[in-house]
Amino acid sequence: MKQRIVIDPITRLEGHGKIDIILDETGNVDHAYFQVPELRGFEKFTEGRPAEDMPQITSRICGVCPTAHHMASSKALDALYHVDPPVAAKKIRELVNSAFFIEDHALHFFYLGGPDFVVGPTAPKAARNILGVLDKVGIETGKQVIALRKELRELITAIAGKVIHPVFGLPGGISKPLNEDIIEQARTGADHAVEFGRFCLQVFNDVVLQNEDYVNLITSPAYTTNTFYMGLVDQDNKVNFYDGQIRVVDPEGQEYVKFPANEFPDRIAEHVEPWSFVKFCYLKDVGWNGFEEGRESGIYSVAPLARLNAADGMATPEAQSAYEQYFSVLGGKPVHFTLANHWARLIELLYAAERLQELANDPDIAGSNVHTIPDATPDEGIGIVEAPRGTLFHHYKTDERGVITRANLIVATQNNAARIAMSVDQAAKAMIKDGKVDDGILNLVEMAFRAYDPCHGCASHSMPGQTPLILRIYDPEHQLIDEIRREP
Amino acid sequence: MSKPKIGFYWCASCGGCEEAVVDLAEDILPVVEAVDIVFWPVALDFKRADVEAMPDNEMAVCFINGAIRTSEQEEMAQLLRAKSQLIVAFGSCSHMGGIPGLANQFVRTDILDRVYYDSQMVVNPDNIRPQEATAVNGDSLSLPSFDGAVRTLDQTVDVDYYLPGCSPPVALIVQAVTAILEGKLPDKGTVLAPDIALCDECSRKESKPDELSINKIRRPFEIEINQEDCLLAQGLPCLGAATRSGCGAACIEGNMPCTGCMGPTSRVSDFGAKALSGLASTITGEEEHDIARRLEQLVDPVGTFYRYSLPMSLLKGRAISDKGAKA
Ligand code: SF4
Ligand code: SF4
Ligand code: SF4
Repeated sequence: MKQRIVIDPITRLEGHGKIDIILDETGNVDHAYFQVPELRGFEKFTEGRPAEDMPQITSRICGVCPTAHHMASSKALDALYHVDPPVAAKKIRELVNSAFFIEDHALHFFYLGGPDFVVGPTAPKAARNILGVLDKVGIETGKQVIALRKELRELITAIAGKVIHPVFGLPGGISKPLNEDIIEQARTGADHAVEFGRFCLQVFNDVVLQNEDYVNLITSPAYTTNTFYMGLVDQDNKVNFYDGQIRVVDPEGQEYVKFPANEFPDRIAEHVEPWSFVKFCYLKDVGWNGFEEGRESGIYSVAPLARLNAADGMATPEAQSAYEQYFSVLGGKPVHFTLANHWARLIELLYAAERLQELANDPDIAGSNVHTIPDATPDEGIGIVEAPRGTLFHHYKTDERGVITRANLIVATQNNAARIAMSVDQAAKAMIKDGKVDDGILNLVEMAFRAYDPCHGCASHSMPGQTPLILRIYDPEHQLIDEIRREP
Repeated sequence: MSKPKIGFYWCASCGGCEEAVVDLAEDILPVVEAVDIVFWPVALDFKRADVEAMPDNEMAVCFINGAIRTSEQEEMAQLLRAKSQLIVAFGSCSHMGGIPGLANQFVRTDILDRVYYDSQMVVNPDNIRPQEATAVNGDSLSLPSFDGAVRTLDQTVDVDYYLPGCSPPVALIVQAVTAILEGKLPDKGTVLAPDIALCDECSRKESKPDELSINKIRRPFEIEINQEDCLLAQGLPCLGAATRSGCGAACIEGNMPCTGCMGPTSRVSDFGAKALSGLASTITGEEEHDIARRLEQLVDPVGTFYRYSLPMSLLKGRAISDKGAKA
């Protein structure tokens, strides 16, 4: 008798991920499908718009990471108009992107993914949320998290006009220079952020790394997926979020290829499945060979785990020592443990904070020249940045007036879609045995995708609290025979 | 006395409106004290079944963000309407259709073809397109279907109040919640933001000439935008005169023109038409065709004047739905 289990956050009707688990006659998992049931068609309805509107239009793909879209789009406009922004503009953009990484990674750690570890994967479900985290780390800390996010989001507002949907990006730079007050605000915010970054890693060390069970869970085969990894690196192959070349390492951790942003369309292809709206990216030269692991399969991963694997280190001192500790504890490069994303995310948070501090104290950001007026005829441009959830790609073609004729967007989570699908399948197969399913097991399956950061399709949502789930078990006639609810 | 019950819900949303609620930061604490949040899918595990089980009018108010695109969203809007004394359309998408409403310029199949067939990086030799039902190994997997057009919330259910903005300004959210809790509510149908034009709260209004005359419409990247003078006076199509205030002139503080996310004041029915005629009246020209020629400098009138309001507009997007075929 075949059974079907549907894990569907039915309370999120659009922009959510959905998991269908098909059991075989013996009650073991035949296959688990991770689906993205959404499509909004930004690629189409941006046609006919002036290119300079794209940073503001595409930010509406996602109100959780609008800053990343705004950056990728502004960089695509630089390329489109063949214009090099003044150094102040580039550094201010990177400063804003760094501040954004910190507050966004903090949101994930304390509200979304963190509860599984800080409170515990098998803790009572009622405690497995932000409140449980606060219980563990103290309400004062909770207030600090709120205060730090607020401070950084106010900084972004001061520079970019708005934090939910910034307005400052232009082809050739940004719309206004920084004044002394804002620079001071950036310095103070950066100092707080660095302290906060240290604190987060300390929490992770105390709560997770000191607990053998957690470490075993992170390194267990149920959460191990062997793929290629991709991330932006600087000229020294260090992690960079704003600029550089794209580096891909193979499942053994060796550099497979390194290429500039404009080669992205030649290196990457998209595969279509009839059961998901998301398109699955893969390395074109390796090819699409189904949802398979290993170096014969073009599937690759992005986001924190992948970025650390794809680079040779971090460009700031404290993040670099955290990076070294990470690989020595987890047995060297590359790390294939999906759940290690949580740790990698905090190392990135500290890097972003140190980088913010460097930029806030860099005299260049006080420059009054922040915009080079483009004079070339626009034709085609590609912009790539690292978003918190992975590599983000914007590609525009225009007519000679700079009106969009073509827009192609690869959002962060799309790069990860194939690997997420495999991770969910693996976790389901490992955790569901003989038809036995309960809330704890369900959470263990869910953790496989939560580690990537549950902002699926990037057009969706990523918010406080945990994804509410219903799990339904059907008999072969699709009659509901059991229902398990996971309360927050 | 038991606390008033409130709900939050999202339809076709980018999540920014939910972030705006999180941005209340510590201001959310007194609200949480004063009410029972009985439905908020992003944060709490109350399900549709819980809402269905409520008596009618159980919730004092439900805030709904995002536009309406699927039958599921329509059903949820109807359900929440029945269970709530007040429905507040939260954010531009819910209020006017929002930026995703620009998709109404294109027909559904064009959008699908563009994404799955006619895209530079897609390798799709068998012309596969996502299906509502797919058989895989003898099992069927399903995906939701989409309506032909994006609708506003009040094109779907009766709406009591509107909180405008993309996303709504935090101060207005706090004011609205306070007003509802204190029962100090204006007439039904009111937009919960000051009923004056944005220009009135703009720090640059002094430099806005009484009689504007623009020779050439500029695009923001073509000039060095100065931080003091009215943007319209600098030739940029700033929509502040047609737009409702309440955002603190956020974009202008960012040294960029207002694109109209707060929508019109109560005296205006079609936002885009008002914004367009406002701009046309500032353009100098001897003859009507001079003015027409200047307006032609605007490469995307729909995206400029109806950026957030195409589904609510008199055009509804449908009149120009064949534009995609030409593009
Ligand atoms: S109104 Fe703006 S912020 Fe709110 S859901 Fe729509 S696009 Fe996002
Ligand atoms: S037109 Fe724009 S810049 Fe000028 S006063 Fe109005 S809102 Fe301010
Ligand atoms: S300035 Fe205009 S577009 Fe910007 S937030 Fe205010 S109303 Fe919206």
